[in-house]
Amino acid sequence: MSSIDYAEKIPNNVNLSEDRRLQRALESWQPHYIDWWKEMGPEGTATSEIYLRTAISAEPDGWAQFGHVRMEDYRWGIFLAPPEADRKVNFGAHKGEAAWQEVPGEYRSALRRLITVQGDTEPASVEQQRLLGRCCPSLYDLRNLFQVNVEEGRHLWAMVYLLHAYFGRDGREEAEEMLARRSGDADKPRILGAFNEKTADWLAFFMFTFITDRDGKYQLCALAESGFDPLSRSCRFMLTEEAHHMFVGESGVGRIIERACQVMTEHRTDDVRKFGVIDLPTIQRYLNFHYSVTSDLYGAEVSTNAATSYNMGLKGRFEETKIGDDHQLDGTTYSVLHPVAGGFQMIEVPALNGLNERLRLDWAADVAKGVERWNKIIAKHGIDFRLTLPHLAFNRAIGHFADIAVDPAGKVISTEEFNRRRDEWLPSDSDLAYVLSLMGGAVHKPGQFANWIAPPPRGINNQSVDFDYVRFA
Amino acid sequence: MELRRQHLIDPVVCIRCNTCQEACPVDAISHDANNYVVSFEKCTGCRTCVSPCPTGAIDNWLLVDRPWSVEAQFGWDELPLEQSGPAVDAVTPPPPEEVSELMAAATTATGSAVPAPASASKPYVNLYSREKPVVARVAGNRRITGDGAESDVHHVVLDFQANAFPFLEGQSIGIVPPGADDNGRARNIRLYSIASPREGERTGFNNLALTVKRVAGGVGSNYVCDLKKGDEVRVAGPFGQAFLMPDDPHANIIMICTGTGSAPFRAFTERRRRNPHDGTGRLMLFFGARTPEELPYFGPLMKLPRELIDVNLAFSRVPGQPKQYVQDKLRERADELAGLLHDANTHIYICGLKGMEQGCDEAFADICRLNALDWTGLRPVLRREGRYHVETY
Repeated sequence: MSSIDYAEKIPNNVNLSEDRRLQRALESWQPHYIDWWKEMGPEGTATSEIYLRTAISAEPDGWAQFGHVRMEDYRWGIFLAPPEADRKVNFGAHKGEAAWQEVPGEYRSALRRLITVQGDTEPASVEQQRLLGRCCPSLYDLRNLFQVNVEEGRHLWAMVYLLHAYFGRDGREEAEEMLARRSGDADKPRILGAFNEKTADWLAFFMFTFITDRDGKYQLCALAESGFDPLSRSCRFMLTEEAHHMFVGESGVGRIIERACQVMTEHRTDDVRKFGVIDLPTIQRYLNFHYSVTSDLYGAEVSTNAATSYNMGLKGRFEETKIGDDHQLDGTTYSVLHPVAGGFQMIEVPALNGLNERLRLDWAADVAKGVERWNKIIAKHGIDFRLTLPHLAFNRAIGHFADIAVDPAGKVISTEEFNRRRDEWLPSDSDLAYVLSLMGGAVHKPGQFANWIAPPPRGINNQSVDFDYVRFA
Repeated sequence: MELRRQHLIDPVVCIRCNTCQEACPVDAISHDANNYVVSFEKCTGCRTCVSPCPTGAIDNWLLVDRPWSVEAQFGWDELPLEQSGPAVDAVTPPPPEEVSELMAAATTATGSAVPAPASASKPYVNLYSREKPVVARVAGNRRITGDGAESDVHHVVLDFQANAFPFLEGQSIGIVPPGADDNGRARNIRLYSIASPREGERTGFNNLALTVKRVAGGVGSNYVCDLKKGDEVRVAGPFGQAFLMPDDPHANIIMICTGTGSAPFRAFTERRRRNPHDGTGRLMLFFGARTPEELPYFGPLMKLPRELIDVNLAFSRVPGQPKQYVQDKLRERADELAGLLHDANTHIYICGLKGMEQGCDEAFADICRLNALDWTGLRPVLRREGRYHVETY
């Protein structure tokens, strides 16, 4: 078992101490990272003790050790999934060759770009969420927020390790830039749009972890297939952590829905705002927003960049090795929805060019299943309301739907109508103000929950729901 | 009756992230478009999947007489908790005679049998016998008395793996030492009180702990104290239908013990500690030993919060200090005890060496006399209502 030594300055399972040059480079990046975390990490947590899951090895029995950790003592490290013997490049032009342990020279800049874009999202979400602790609905939720944040921090470490270890000076510069950009900053924004949006309230946070972190999951799944083995192993271990983020989002929104339904049934009314909970139509509008903004993260529906990354063997499809085809896709086609004369039409494109859309649809199907589980909560209360995902072309800013206006049902409408009816479909200023008005003081008493959210059915790691998940200094 | 412990995934809590399926070393986990499920036939109960699961949905273990098939699990919207396991009063054989005799000897010192507390959960009993024992594996064995202490007390953890062994706080198990006695007959069964709460020695694990003192020349105690991790042990039980913990957060519990008689009270205390509640029930412990070093669990006991348990220790062999026995401590706390004796939610449990019961009885009589209570009238009421239990050996 590749166990991780926490006595080292940078805990790792990559034999860092055997590569002095790399070790020195990362040790000089480390204080910059800590400064970034102090400035942009979760507010007011430096001295708190938080019940966190920490990896002590990358094996199944070692990466989920629970205990109270002082935030200022938390150590981010570099963990790769265990190597797979005789791993091959499993797709693209190099299919069948031994997986690369070093970066192929001709793919250096393409690979660096992929790693940089992935890496940039990690600190971005920490920045977006930094003030949420002020209005946490419970210690349980506060703990989950911190867990998500420290793991996003660790995912940045994973990508920075690759940049430092394999991309020389260019990589080191990219690593510094990761700490210089800021979410939502006009001059130095984060690379991708969704990561410059605000996460002002907990409904937004839960939607983000449910929907946008799920994009992260699918991107990581695609990169975990990479022929560049260190990237594959990094992403595989990141995926084990990513599942928790999905859980926080799905269960968080689920508990808000549960609470809304409780109040609807108890008071026999749809007008639940006067009871201080979030109404289902508002939840639908948040869903529409986060789903459409996250759809943009996959890029253009028809993309030669995606084809190139695949052909090079750098970024595969979701569950690439489980797909029963030739894994090269030359001469095959894929149907992609296109806007055509006031409507839509499926058009065959070369399969290689449709890879972004394919990954987006894998993600969308996964989101849809989660939404169905939310609908089960509503149905259990006997309430006649269903949450639905908007049409893929709704509210898009990137790709070939960006130029048309579409309602959530998928009807092409005029821009004027879209603007006029926007607040029916997307969170209005008053929706946002209402939800924000519920985010009062933080709830810090173990076992207590804000009025707008139901307690979870069970605690973390078999602890009770009223366990003291966060201890304040 | 066959009773199995089946590993299942809660479809309400599961987010279908596939982590468990990837973690499982024996490919026992699979999924369809609806659910992630565990094959009863393949799962070894190794728990490799448990800590990686982000939701806790994986950590469900139901008692079943017929395991659920993978196909049945695919169709679930929620766990069939109401159909979990056969009814506790399903026909079970009566306890073996030797067990009945041991139990009777331990519990009937002051008269006829006492019923279980009204609020106690219904126990499973006699699921396994000497003839059809369950094989448990030793998960740990360590000495818990101090280095210098003469008394050698061990904390032994037994794991039942895929076999069901549901028990309640206060119940005992039977252990059959291997080999034969001097007359060539199979050895008698030995009874030991369970020192763990029903959740398991570790919550969620299918295990329990015993507190066993080595007795010079004792076949059973030496066998148990010498067990090594990984050894297999034949276990009968669970036994005991009366000396059970009240399942009521408002119940006050006065626990009086010496030495390894602390085992059931460790279970009671852990049950309360792991299941915090808003009830008014108090725990008071009166625990006697010769010295602190000889008091089982002395260290962990000292760390328990005062809000959870009121601990009163009596030491009879500390150099330079007067000898103290549990009855002396009872008298010291006469005011509180008198208050509790007035309360219909109060239960008294005595467990330890024979003879201690009489001392406790006299102490309670004194306390009552000083507080306008009639012990000779009260004790039969407590017994009749299942609120006064004695187990001595």
